[in-house]
Amino acid sequence: MTTFIAGTGLHTYYGSSHTLHGIDFAVRRGETVALMGRNGMGKSTLLKSLLGIVNPRQGKVTMNGADVTGADTHAIIRRGIAYVPEGRGMFHNLTVREHLVMSARPGNDGRRDWTYERILETFPRLAERLGSLGTHLSGGEQQMLAVGRALMTNPDLLILDEATEGLAPLIRREIWHVIRSIKETGIASIIVDKNVNVLLGLADRHVILVKGEVVYDGSDLTPESEILKRHIGV
Amino acid sequence: MSRLPRSLSILLSVAIILLGAYPLFGDVLFPNKHAFLMQKLTGIMIMAVMAMSLDLLVGVAGLVSMGHAAFFGLGGYMLAMLSPEYSAANLWVVLPAALVVVAIASAMVGYLSIRTSGIYFIMVTLAFGQMGFYFFNDSKLAGGSDGAYIMVKPAVEILGVSLLNLGDKRTLYYVGLGALVGVYLLLRVVLASPFGRVVSAIGVNENRVRGLGFDPVAYKLLAFTIGGTIAGLAGFLAAIQYGFVNPATLSWHHSGEALVMVILGGMGTLFGPAIGAFVFELAKMGFESVTEHWLLPMGAMIIGIVLLLPKGVGGLLLQLFSGRSKMEGGQ
Repeated sequence: MTTFIAGTGLHTYYGSSHTLHGIDFAVRRGETVALMGRNGMGKSTLLKSLLGIVNPRQGKVTMNGADVTGADTHAIIRRGIAYVPEGRGMFHNLTVREHLVMSARPGNDGRRDWTYERILETFPRLAERLGSLGTHLSGGEQQMLAVGRALMTNPDLLILDEATEGLAPLIRREIWHVIRSIKETGIASIIVDKNVNVLLGLADRHVILVKGEVVYDGSDLTPESEILKRHIGV
Repeated sequence: MSRLPRSLSILLSVAIILLGAYPLFGDVLFPNKHAFLMQKLTGIMIMAVMAMSLDLLVGVAGLVSMGHAAFFGLGGYMLAMLSPEYSAANLWVVLPAALVVVAIASAMVGYLSIRTSGIYFIMVTLAFGQMGFYFFNDSKLAGGSDGAYIMVKPAVEILGVSLLNLGDKRTLYYVGLGALVGVYLLLRVVLASPFGRVVSAIGVNENRVRGLGFDPVAYKLLAFTIGGTIAGLAGFLAAIQYGFVNPATLSWHHSGEALVMVILGGMGTLFGPAIGAFVFELAKMGFESVTEHWLLPMGAMIIGIVLLLPKGVGGLLLQLFSGRSKMEGGQ
């Protein structure tokens, strides 16, 4: 598998606060990576550094081997990433249908695997709420819409930041089911979530961040792993 | 932009039909004032076009421009400068030429101002607007501070056959009405397109739109250019109506009036700012006829509407006809 996106030696700051300390992080095509760590350890900052939302002061970000460090966020996203941010990011003046239609575009290789119809088949609840404003949906429906909107861009890499946070267990299960089926289609993903047990079974690789540094990067974690107990608190 | 409730669409259609019928029965209702009112309504419909074009920027894209009148004035000045002194200009030549010039000017001003935001954007557009004002005020290009006359209305002909006589007040009234309806429908189509949805989303959260892979600068620039060009069309029509242009049409006072129309009508609703133009101009006319200190009650009315109807008249209508507000963006 070739590397799709990689950050090398990333040092990111918020003002004088040094948040990422020389992180190396990469995702290969088709790979599902779980990004784990307690709150404030740098998970979201790492994602934002990769996407150019926050520019690292040192280090390099590459996509398919091309240097995209310092590039505009929209230009990085256009290279095949769909980003579902924490908080879902609904627009209160757009309906469900408008959210989906505005994002529709073929993948970088011309793929149109994810169509409007397929999204509605995947999330039948959305089909019932097409005329509703995005912010008038329940939390679970908003999350489905956020994922559906992301898939409408036919991405190579899907980034899910706390996709199941604050959702009822039944809805959460539904979201995980969809994420599993997305994985089966060969789309790479980076998943940030507090549900460690699900991540252990789902992801191909696990990366644990502690205070802005990678303390674990591998695929042999189990629920009993000492490092999980020490750094995640499981 | 959400679809309008059916009952509200019907109400607006009835209002347009009544406007269309006014020239036919106006002299029965207002025998002494019919001609004056018809001219007044023509001017209001043209201002409604201007207000809708500003709504695309302020209410939809979140770009509060205080220089929008510059494009309105430029549209009028283009007609004055392109018209022969004592014969009629060809509308099929001068209208596209004027719109192209205004579009280029809008794109240039937009390009230089779009990268700023908030108060800085307001200041930059205000500065560009005032540059336009002083350009025409202080140069001898088109009469300087005295302005310029359009002695003969443009001719609307095909193969030598006159289609419309723009010198006829009733004809011009229907041209104004056609512009009002045509621009409204055009902007509805634009806002219903994927482009329009992205612009609407930018007005809510620009960073979120960037995170979806769209370049907000490009979208805002195109919206700014479309809005400016439509304002130029309004200015062009106003110049035909009054047969005169002066630098005041480009001034920030005029931009401010258009902004008040948008706020009174309800930002982001498109039909609201058109209603706002009617509310503003008719109230102004009413207060002027009662007192020479008309600005005082006018100010009180504006404050009252803003306090009581924070989403404007358009927001109130949406609430009444849909049972709940579908216009959360119009803050």
